[in-house]
Amino acid sequence: MTLAILSGKGGTGKTTVAASLAVALEQAQYVDCDVEEPNGALLLSPRIAFSEPVEVLVPTVDPDRCNGCGSCATACRYHAIAVVRRKPILFPTICHHCGACRIACPTRAISEIPRRIGVVEGDAEGRFLQGRMDIGEPIPIPILRELKRRMARDRTVLLDCPPGASCAVVQSISDVDACLLVTEPTPFGLHDLAIAVGLVRKMGIPFGVVVNKAIEGETELATYCRKEGIPILLEIPYSRAIAERYSRGLLPVHGDEAWIHRFRTLYDDLQKQVLEDGAAAFRTAPKPGSADPGRAEA
Amino acid sequence: MKEIVFISGKGGTGKSTVVATLSRLVDGKCLADCDVEAPNLHLLVPGERIRQEDFYGADVAVLDPERCFRCGVCRDVCRFDAISANAEGGIRIDPLACEGCGACALVCPTEAIALRPVKTGEIALDRTEYGLFAHARLEIGAEGSGRLVTEVRKQLHAAADGEEWALVDGSPGIGCVVIASITGADGVVAVCEPTLSGQADLERVVAVARHFQVPAFVCINKVDLNPAISRDIEQWCTEGGIPVVGRIPFEPAIVEALRRFETPVEAGLDPIVREIAAMWNQVKEAVGESPAP
Repeated sequence: MTLAILSGKGGTGKTTVAASLAVALEQAQYVDCDVEEPNGALLLSPRIAFSEPVEVLVPTVDPDRCNGCGSCATACRYHAIAVVRRKPILFPTICHHCGACRIACPTRAISEIPRRIGVVEGDAEGRFLQGRMDIGEPIPIPILRELKRRMARDRTVLLDCPPGASCAVVQSISDVDACLLVTEPTPFGLHDLAIAVGLVRKMGIPFGVVVNKAIEGETELATYCRKEGIPILLEIPYSRAIAERYSRGLLPVHGDEAWIHRFRTLYDDLQKQVLEDGAAAFRTAPKPGSADPGRAEA
Repeated sequence: MKEIVFISGKGGTGKSTVVATLSRLVDGKCLADCDVEAPNLHLLVPGERIRQEDFYGADVAVLDPERCFRCGVCRDVCRFDAISANAEGGIRIDPLACEGCGACALVCPTEAIALRPVKTGEIALDRTEYGLFAHARLEIGAEGSGRLVTEVRKQLHAAADGEEWALVDGSPGIGCVVIASITGADGVVAVCEPTLSGQADLERVVAVARHFQVPAFVCINKVDLNPAISRDIEQWCTEGGIPVVGRIPFEPAIVEALRRFETPVEAGLDPIVREIAAMWNQVKEAVGESPAP
């Protein structure tokens, strides 16, 4: 099963959950898709065995062939080429590597050359994979595509996704079997959870919720999940001790059998409840007026 | 008007809480939320909507099946795997995968493909007790989040009426939305936490600010959570010539206040408020007050 861990709001504990699952499930592969700010390696301390550049194709212009017509600049929807005084000026960082300029050029003056935007790295055992975007680069998508290409096919894969709800998250979670949405019981957490729920429902992916920094008592978050028929599969309590351990790169599962067991149960529950029993219920929004499906763990 | 953007690299470090607190403390300012993927500031800055509009920030390729004779050249040139053919050769364009580059439309021999603008978000301008407030929401899964951010900033500048400061809540990461948030700003305040990951993310986001030549400041939130890492961050900042302007203590009551939709100001968390006010004074002094309009 390929499982994506995402959250909408940043800093809710995606990496804590994804890395804890990676520790608890001994054969799983952890993939850090947060290529802008990858943190998984700090918690999992993998032995990096390879580091390879991710390159994209950007245009280059042969001045002998270019007649300065400007067709390339007209074709480029991203304003990555301007033609000033019949001379093309290229802005490679905002190029989307689509090749439209080359197609549009009537004199075949444009060819494409590789340009590095980041790296993908991993260990020798195939248990750890991460991408890292170079500073100043705006577009993470090609790095995500490369990670998806290299992802293991023969074992459980855990995708630690970037925050937000944009194209980078869509790219990360396309084709996954299930999603875990990590949130926290604050108005911010709930607001952004609803955005993430909208995304996974739009893409038709079964999902469950992990509540991080959970507090005692009824919260608006619990009410929301119950009303929407979304299973809360695990709660990690709000605790300064957990936060302090995290600050030193320690996960709840590090040296704690009870937490390892909880994360294994989380995985089993997700597989069972979301994939087998309840897939249909979690794929789409409950229809207005339909019976409250209740909490799946109840 | 001078524009100060609060960013964080790693998410959830307290950007919005700091900006919402400052919204109560700073005079002569307007506000923007540039975290268009997961906007939160509006929860703490309620107001009256002055304007709301749809934003069309991307294009998507649309196929006219009547004109298409299924040659498949469009599929061959698409670099985003957005075009597929079914068993009968019928061409389908996946709007979520399409990046709107138009390469397919350029090669189509029958002009069966057109680019159509898509709504990528909504932009709103509110009048609030704390000043003008521009914010937006990206359509779920949409392209072009950077363009939406640029538009939010543009609208704030257009609507501003002699305010001295624009306080901007940024987004996590180092990519297009962050670059769009900070380009041309007068200063960025990177809010971080003293954790191994917080430290690593801070170093990357400060490097981005430098790359785009925007003066950077650092605010350490939950400074006492890990004093050793806080010291490391301070030392790294000192060596790099980056002023550490804020040191906010770990205070669970802040989260309690947020649950009631209150900032530390309404919650009466005076030591926190004093620290954030002191932070602002240092930023203000360093960036300099803009001349009266």
